[in-house]
Amino acid sequence: MKLPYYPGCTLKANARHFEKSAIQAMEKLDFQLVEMKDWVCCGTVFSMTSDDLMLQLASVRNLLRAEKQNLKELIVLCSMCYNTLKRANDFIVKDKGNLEKVNNFMYKENLTYSGKIEIYHLLSILKDRIGFSVIAEKVKKKLSALKIGAYYGCLLVRPEELAIDNFEDPSIFEDLISTLGGESLDFAYKLECCGAYQTVTKKDVSVKRVYEILNSARESGCEAIVTSCPLCAYNLDFLQKDVEEEYLDFNRIPVFYFTELMAVALGCGWDKNWSSLHFTDPEPLLREKGLI
Amino acid sequence: MADKRKLIKVYITGELFEVPEGSTIITAMEYAGFQLKRGVGCREGYCGACATVYREKGDYKLKSGLACQTVVSEGMAIAMIPFVPAEKPVYDLDELSPEISTFIDLFPNVFRCVSCNTCTKSCPQDIEVMDYVQAIIRGDLERAANLSFDCIRCGLCALRCPAEIVQYNNAILARRLYARYLAKKSPELETRIKELEKGKFKKEIDQMKKMPREKLSEKYYKREIKIS
Repeated sequence: MKLPYYPGCTLKANARHFEKSAIQAMEKLDFQLVEMKDWVCCGTVFSMTSDDLMLQLASVRNLLRAEKQNLKELIVLCSMCYNTLKRANDFIVKDKGNLEKVNNFMYKENLTYSGKIEIYHLLSILKDRIGFSVIAEKVKKKLSALKIGAYYGCLLVRPEELAIDNFEDPSIFEDLISTLGGESLDFAYKLECCGAYQTVTKKDVSVKRVYEILNSARESGCEAIVTSCPLCAYNLDFLQKDVEEEYLDFNRIPVFYFTELMAVALGCGWDKNWSSLHFTDPEPLLREKGLI
Repeated sequence: MADKRKLIKVYITGELFEVPEGSTIITAMEYAGFQLKRGVGCREGYCGACATVYREKGDYKLKSGLACQTVVSEGMAIAMIPFVPAEKPVYDLDELSPEISTFIDLFPNVFRCVSCNTCTKSCPQDIEVMDYVQAIIRGDLERAANLSFDCIRCGLCALRCPAEIVQYNNAILARRLYARYLAKKSPELETRIKELEKGKFKKEIDQMKKMPREKLSEKYYKREIKIS
């Protein structure tokens, strides 16, 4: 079965392993992620920071083009693209005035958006459309003995209106990990912000947050972290070298996209190229657990 | 020789002139007495020198186009742009890599694109400008090179961009990087160069060199372009 899919820029650059592993894992579940044509940047979360319709145009253009391509829905992997597209969609659909203004701006393009595209995160599709019990049957290599901390960050569960699960106490990620045969461990900082774009201008803020998050996971017994956000993955993984310098008690911990572990569990194998996109080498842990 | 065409009123840089109906902006300006030294080139829509902004009577929208390709209308207000002072970094292609990081270094503001599509609307070549900018942002230089191929560098996209991106300079860098590092090398090119060196077309070229201008012009316009 085909699922129309929106990749976003980062999945074509720093997070290529996120996209590749998702496509491979979904094939094992008999679903084909079909990239929508002519997509543009989702708009990234800054588009929600001010009351400026101009900044919604990137998001809306994707929705518009999806509609023109006769799509009814878009499946999104990146938490940020999911959050941005869904919020922009709600923003213009709930206020007809906004929708009209945006459509007026599309002069010369002969396009109007009806507001009918649905935005889903892949995790919701796995849970609600495919079903974790169906996925469990297709697991070839159980992630047993791998203790995993599911890190949600902000964008999957906030604000409440678009949360893919209970926004204060989500479990969708943990349920997926259990489905794949892994041991999912709760930790206090799983919903905390990773520092986001502070990394660019106030790196010390992000370094502190990354330390707190990863230390909290370590203290709960986690050996690895999973996420679905390329910005979280970047901060949590790339900044570990800075955390190491700042905090002497810190031990490195591999950070995975959930799709990478799905691909391993469903029997796609581990692609060496994915390792090169990680900043903390995940191979020793995977080898230790007999997963590669 | 008196032009018998009907005259219409246009405003060139704010001044009222009567010019023949049906003229292009360039011909209208020259008819009105302007001597164009900058902002005019091939007069055939190829060189991109004559970027112009104009507004049609009764319309609030500022439009743009090439002065050699745009026909005047009654009440039109016209301003030619002789030069676009756009950012143009100097680089050595041999020292660059066909990666997103190259654009981060040389054109960091390309990442400010909000997909408003104003650039695409302003392009006289009907290029999907915003889409090639988006392709650059995600590192798809092949798509950027292909989409921007017909760019004549008139500069209108950059003048209209609210994010102040210099689209056409990004595009030429994308095409250079694509051609230098990514495009499949064509074996036919090597073969053809060798043929030329051996003098395969020497006779035809010598003939053309001796041709009078009229004959050469006639031959040029009757030429067939074969695309295989």
